[in-house]
Amino acid sequence: MSNARLPTRALLAALLLLAALFPLAAPNGYYIYVMSLAFIMAISATGLNLILGYTGQLNLAHAGFMAVGAYTVGILTVDHGVPFWIAFALSGVSAAVLGFFAGLVSLRLKTHYFVIFTLCVGFILYLVIEKFEGLTHGTVGVIGIPAPPAIGPVSFETPVAQYYLVLAFLCLALWVMHRIVRSLLGRAFVAIRNSEDLAEALGVNLMRTKLLAFVLSTVYAGLAGGLYAGFVRFLGPSIALESNTFDLVTYILVGGIGTLFGPVLGALVLTWVTQSLQFLQDFRMIVFGPMLILLVMFFPQGLIGFVQERRAKRNTREKAAPAHREARANA
Amino acid sequence: MLEIRNLTKTFGGLAAVRDVSTRFEKGRISAIIGPNGAGKSTFFNLIAGLHRPTSGQILFEGADVTGLRPDQMAVRGVARSFQTTHLFDKASVLDNLIVGHRLRTKSTFWDVLLNTRRLRDEERACRAKAEEVLDFVGLSSVADRLAGEISQEERKRAAFALALATDPKILLLDEPAGGVNPEETAGLAALIRKMAAGGLTVCLIEHKMDMIMSLADTIVVLDHGEMIAEGPPSSVQSNPRVIEAYLGADYVAA
Repeated sequence: MSNARLPTRALLAALLLLAALFPLAAPNGYYIYVMSLAFIMAISATGLNLILGYTGQLNLAHAGFMAVGAYTVGILTVDHGVPFWIAFALSGVSAAVLGFFAGLVSLRLKTHYFVIFTLCVGFILYLVIEKFEGLTHGTVGVIGIPAPPAIGPVSFETPVAQYYLVLAFLCLALWVMHRIVRSLLGRAFVAIRNSEDLAEALGVNLMRTKLLAFVLSTVYAGLAGGLYAGFVRFLGPSIALESNTFDLVTYILVGGIGTLFGPVLGALVLTWVTQSLQFLQDFRMIVFGPMLILLVMFFPQGLIGFVQERRAKRNTREKAAPAHREARANA
Repeated sequence: MLEIRNLTKTFGGLAAVRDVSTRFEKGRISAIIGPNGAGKSTFFNLIAGLHRPTSGQILFEGADVTGLRPDQMAVRGVARSFQTTHLFDKASVLDNLIVGHRLRTKSTFWDVLLNTRRLRDEERACRAKAEEVLDFVGLSSVADRLAGEISQEERKRAAFALALATDPKILLLDEPAGGVNPEETAGLAALIRKMAAGGLTVCLIEHKMDMIMSLADTIVVLDHGEMIAEGPPSSVQSNPRVIEAYLGADYVAA
């Protein structure tokens, strides 16, 4: 499938090298911090892209599930002394379990009804986190989350080490996503996005397939949240807010919806655009808003979607041309 | 092979299909005709499992399949095409068809994660199936074109191919020749005949009477949800109730 094909290996290697060398080139620690955070958001956005971009279901509770993962790590490590890596593994599990039940109910609805329902699910998650003080410390938040401890000889004490840790998880997340979307399973997801009636007529069990996509996307959200907790080391209820989901949706739209690298590109581009507009303070949205509108007007498929579309057209023309001539000659 | 017994579907108080009984025999081409709003599409949706019948029974190869979901019907061998063909325009025609054979595969998410041999074999089988059905419907030459770039007639053929990729026993075609010119219609009719000749049972809804009369072995005529005639084209053509339904009572009197 053209939109799941990896770019050339050379390009990938160059990008990875660039990412690996970034800490050396960064003028100060703040750049590394911002980049690491962008990578974490990219992992979360990659998960949202599975249900939104590939399966066609806009889940507005995604930030809520990220918060579930983050709070799983926060609560377990701070209040119960659970080792970080065990808590981290459980952040994916807790998001998946909650995602399974939320998906089971919400996926009974279709189109905008599903969207509205998940908006409510996300807000309920936020309210539970804010009000359930006994468990989540309410508005005070969870403070003093430990940094990821060393795995064997590799320690993650310094910001640079944490940067590489997050980068490694991003690569893993993309590799697994690549496997999923180019498989038969990924084709079933895309078939659902394309037309639910047609997919069902082709023997795709809608509920089971959509639920799988939903749960997988919440696992991504949960693990991204777990990483976030270990990286920022402080959690407040606001990370569950729907505005964070909308940020993730924006990343996906800018980078390229339903493309493997779109969410990553979007997360990086928008993070740095927002950063470079910081000096405008409250007025930055005046610049940011029109930029977004122009982008959606001229690149509705997002940056990577635009490139892929052009490439797909060129490829098919080249491939189809000889076959077409042949067919004409036969006729 | 497909038997319909006293099938009724009401939406609120309105009966879209009322007490229809008929059967479709293996390897035959049956057509369902009727004026607009006669309940043809609802009848199809009932058979395909999209709607649950209010009452009545559907028997497929002797087994009661009433109330099964569309995907369950597809697995049993009931495939369908829609009036509008929903292809993913940004992928190639071949790519669009590969998912059609997914229901005959067994790989799960774990196969995907571990990239097992079973998954790779099944993906190869799905691709081979897609190429096979493309060849069957005569679209091999556009296999690598983007689905958004092919003609309306080619889209119709691609829709047949997609349905065929599921390895069906019976094919339900909803207006297979809608929106294509007479020349292309003849080509599609030839293709439908070829499918039936291969042992497939075909059942279609169509408004193009020339096509129906030359193609169908039997015709079922629906009007206001009721079956008003059934039989070979010659008998249906001269049936006064059919003429009345299509042209009005005055025409029959005259």
